[in-house]
Amino acid sequence: MSDIKINKTLDAKNLSCPLPILKTKKAIDSIAIGEYLEVIATDPGSVTDFDAWSRSTGHELVEQSEDGGVYKFVIKKTK
Amino acid sequence: MTEKKKRLAIIASKADIPGAYPPLILASTAAAMDYEVGIFFTFFGLNMLKKNKLNKLKVTPAGETAMPMPIPQIVGMLPGMTGMATMMMKSWMKGANVAKLQELMDLSVEAGVQLIACQMTMDVMNFKRKDLIDECIVGGAATFLEFASEADVTLYI
Repeated sequence: MSDIKINKTLDAKNLSCPLPILKTKKAIDSIAIGEYLEVIATDPGSVTDFDAWSRSTGHELVEQSEDGGVYKFVIKKTK
Repeated sequence: MTEKKKRLAIIASKADIPGAYPPLILASTAAAMDYEVGIFFTFFGLNMLKKNKLNKLKVTPAGETAMPMPIPQIVGMLPGMTGMATMMMKSWMKGANVAKLQELMDLSVEAGVQLIACQMTMDVMNFKRKDLIDECIVGGAATFLEFASEADVTLYI
């Protein structure tokens, strides 16, 4: 997915539920439709939470990965 | 974008630390998920709307049999134990990087969560409007029910 241009990165490392989601909502509001937000988190619960959040809000979770307890989510703002 | 928003209606009836977190976590998260959210603060829960009170809420070890403190229940009732349990709980929560109650309340207010203070409880506990934060409105059962009647999720906490 190297063709994706990240427009904003949110560092949500060391934050517990629900802060990664709350900060993601703020960050997504600050970018334009069609742009990409990258979120870096360490909360293991964020894996299911970002799934649920993107399904619920309609923003597209285009990429997610984990590397040594650090989770990366790439979200496309759709509306 | 004229799609109807989902709605969450919560009754917050407690104001010890374990009782105060769930309404604010769920309200702020639901708002971040584009829900309309309203919380009705009643009985002890109304303390959550008192000015400068939120970060002073406590947890009592008496009756909390699942507290991770290896002390007998009777000891939990001694003077000073509530303060000690509160201190320990806050330090565990800080260690787990959990947001403070005030931070969650601020985020909820910013996200447009509607805060309704129970008028009857104000009368019972002799709270005046000026004792409560400016961001809340004062209402009664009918105010909450009208909001909750259109809710997708309704919780009593």
